[in-house]
Amino acid sequence: MTPALIDDTTLFAVLAPFAAAVVAPFLTRWFKHNAAWVLAIVPALIFLHFTGFVEPVSKGESFVAAMAWAPSYGVNFSVYVDGLSTLFALLISGIGTFIILYAGGYLKGHPQQGRFFSFLFMFMGSMLGLVLGNNLISLFIFWELTSITSFLLIGFDHLRAASRRAALQALVVTGGGGLALLAGFILIISATGEIEMSVLLSSPDIIKDTTLYVPIFFLVLGGAFTKSAQFPFHFWLPNAMEAPTPVSAYLHSATMVKAGVYLLMRMHPLLGGTELWTTVLPLFGGVTLLVGTILAVRQTDLKLMLAYTTVASLGLLVMLTGTSQEKALEGAVLYLLAHSLFKGALFMVAGTIDHEAGTRDIRKLGGLRSAMPITFVAACLASLSMAGLPPFIGFIAKEVLYYGTWGWLELGLPITVTAVVGNALMLVIAAAVVIKPFFGPKVETPKHAHEGPVLLFAGPVFLSVTGLGLALIAHTSGELLIAPTLSSLVGETTQVELHLWPTSINAPLLLSLVTIGLGVALFTQIDRLRGVIGSALTAIGWGPDKGFDQFVAGTVGLSWRITRVLQSGKMHTYMILTFIFTGLAVLVPGFLTDSLPAMPKMPDYRFYEWGILLIAFFGLIAVLVANTRLTAIVSLGIQGFAVALIFMMFGAPDLSFTQFMVETLSVVILALVMTRLNLSPSDHRHGLAAVVSGIVAIGVGLGLTMTLLAITQQPFDTRLSDFFAQFSRSIAHGRNIVNVIIVDFRGFDTLGEIAVVVLAGLCVLALIRVRTKPEKPIEKPKTVSHPTPAQTGEVR
Amino acid sequence: MRTIIFRTIAPYLSALMVLFSIFVLLRGHNEPGGGFIGGLIAASALAIFGIACGVASVRRAIVFHPMGVSGFGLFLSALAGLPSIFKAQAFMTSQWLEVHVFGVEVALSTPLFFDIGVYLVVVGAIGSIALALEEREAD
Repeated sequence: MTPALIDDTTLFAVLAPFAAAVVAPFLTRWFKHNAAWVLAIVPALIFLHFTGFVEPVSKGESFVAAMAWAPSYGVNFSVYVDGLSTLFALLISGIGTFIILYAGGYLKGHPQQGRFFSFLFMFMGSMLGLVLGNNLISLFIFWELTSITSFLLIGFDHLRAASRRAALQALVVTGGGGLALLAGFILIISATGEIEMSVLLSSPDIIKDTTLYVPIFFLVLGGAFTKSAQFPFHFWLPNAMEAPTPVSAYLHSATMVKAGVYLLMRMHPLLGGTELWTTVLPLFGGVTLLVGTILAVRQTDLKLMLAYTTVASLGLLVMLTGTSQEKALEGAVLYLLAHSLFKGALFMVAGTIDHEAGTRDIRKLGGLRSAMPITFVAACLASLSMAGLPPFIGFIAKEVLYYGTWGWLELGLPITVTAVVGNALMLVIAAAVVIKPFFGPKVETPKHAHEGPVLLFAGPVFLSVTGLGLALIAHTSGELLIAPTLSSLVGETTQVELHLWPTSINAPLLLSLVTIGLGVALFTQIDRLRGVIGSALTAIGWGPDKGFDQFVAGTVGLSWRITRVLQSGKMHTYMILTFIFTGLAVLVPGFLTDSLPAMPKMPDYRFYEWGILLIAFFGLIAVLVANTRLTAIVSLGIQGFAVALIFMMFGAPDLSFTQFMVETLSVVILALVMTRLNLSPSDHRHGLAAVVSGIVAIGVGLGLTMTLLAITQQPFDTRLSDFFAQFSRSIAHGRNIVNVIIVDFRGFDTLGEIAVVVLAGLCVLALIRVRTKPEKPIEKPKTVSHPTPAQTGEVR
Repeated sequence: MRTIIFRTIAPYLSALMVLFSIFVLLRGHNEPGGGFIGGLIAASALAIFGIACGVASVRRAIVFHPMGVSGFGLFLSALAGLPSIFKAQAFMTSQWLEVHVFGVEVALSTPLFFDIGVYLVVVGAIGSIALALEEREAD
């Protein structure tokens, strides 16, 4: 069905957060942290706007809206609303509402709270633009905006070196992947000639049929895998836990890191289903799932445990998307929804514990259930969903995904085993996150723990209850949310029938039981498990996180070495290199293409013309034999004046006039420079250096002469000069054609040139003002020293 | 350099050169000349005055910093391109205005102001370099 055109309200919905970002600091100045209540209205309204799409989209309709941006390049700001983008838009705006509230409570009294709101809103807008983006280029721009805004958010606490490093790392990894994505998009545009996603999706085989499918596939994957923290690019995500918790809860659970998964799902009809797709994606996704869960078990910091399970969940989603099986894709969509809800809630719970108890190390927490009852309930609901137990949406997701992987003939078994192990370890973490801090005897915490304010518990409660509610009305949520999204993935309208309780005893149910059994067994051994994994990682001793530092250090070192060669700081080297390449540029093409100019015949000069040529010649000789540089400069002036005379004789008074002035000023300024810079009065070049300079000079001179001869021997196209001669008087009211060209016909060029003159003047002035200091060798820049990760021997 | 003859002549010579540079600038549209050449002549005038009588007196005489003059010139040139926009023509389309002053017809035009801008840019930039070099000589 072709998408229907809708009005611009949806476009403004995408832009609304950017407007909110502008007013947020002012509101925060007036209302302090209570500004969150006002600001949360913005995402809430956006959420309401998109709920209006749920019903028509579930009937298989889709919508587009567009605004011209750079129409000459086919770049429009356009949105495409279908099942997938509606689900994502609802998640972003819905969770965003509670994140804004949570940020109001979490950063209460922080001097930069307004700025924080601003960054959050900018991120929210970028994310909405990304998931709704129809035009590939505007999609890419929003993609990069999410990288930039997440850089700002992760580095919010910019006084800490660890924050800065994490922010830079996230930017380098996701921004670098973004460039791969741009290349992929450009290939798509050039291969298919289409730039709008909705048009591409209407003919699903359009990319698979081109010869560029493989490069497009890998470039798009480069973007998706870096953004969604797939192994081996996973390391930036746990490091990003340096950000304030609202950021982690928003970016690193529901939105930013899901952007890669979104892209893979969005491109699934276009790129998916091929052998390449069903091999590469399950492989990387599966490895990421296992690595993520294993590393999560090793952690004792609540946020880091959750971060690594996020990595694992993203791996699971990529693995499922990679199967290209309808049932597994349905599991992926369900798990995506479930994960956004429970992970967002759990991150906020972790933040609340940190905020109220003063630590998030599970070894220092315990017995908080009576002190923080509301948070405790929310944590329980969310972690039960994470563990995949009924009656939560996490359970339904797990059932469906087992059904999908088990039924896949080619790679069903290894995928299913990976999923079972991953889910069992996920259950271990889910249990550890709740049982350690909340149950057991009360442990003395750095702060006296008590329940947080409503701003802090509103989010976790609502999200975890939603996770329960959506499961209780499984049939409806399947019809309204899951089915339309799945339709976007498979490219045709599909039906989804969800049940909260399994209808019969089948393989998925047994696999669930195995998962739960394995998980419980592993949980009882969690301390031993942690020790084993820890010592194994210490034995390996190297990880991509360390590799990132080595990569950065290597790049800095390489650029230092290149700079040392290219920019020696010696004027002589610069000049000789410039002239060598100028000479080659004018000489080589002539010889290569065998288009050397014919030797001109000796012109019939008058005696005074010969006289002027002789003056020029003697000027040159004088330059060569001059004892001191000052004499050489003045002698060069002789030659210049002779050239000016030649211009005059051949009817170019303006040129000649200018040449006179330029020669005069050059001599004056060169002489001043000579005396000013305390250069040695005579030339220091002898022997070999003089020969090299001589050869270069002759080569350049010869090359330029030949170029000039070659140009004059071409037939002269007089159209331009005829035009100027004809219209200089009638259009531009001037008889001096040269001047008319400069100030009128080509005035815009002149404007650029005088801008260069001003800049050159400024630069020279700055150079002269630099006092010469005693010679100091250029030092190798110190590699930015990064703080070692919190625990020594840590491998991420 | 600072001979008595040179020092005596230099102020007059410089004044004449500046006057001449303005003449060259204004006649540029119809005869050889123009803002660029005019600017070079004026810059030479500043350089000569500076060599003869010291940079301090030049700076006093021109009041503004030469780079400021240069920047103003660039500003003026860019400004000269704007009037056409109000007549819904492309940027830098020339506009002409014939004014009668004491019975003499004077053609005011945007290219004239553009050329004055070029003149100021060149005087300022080249003059600035020359003066800065001369100044350090006196350190």
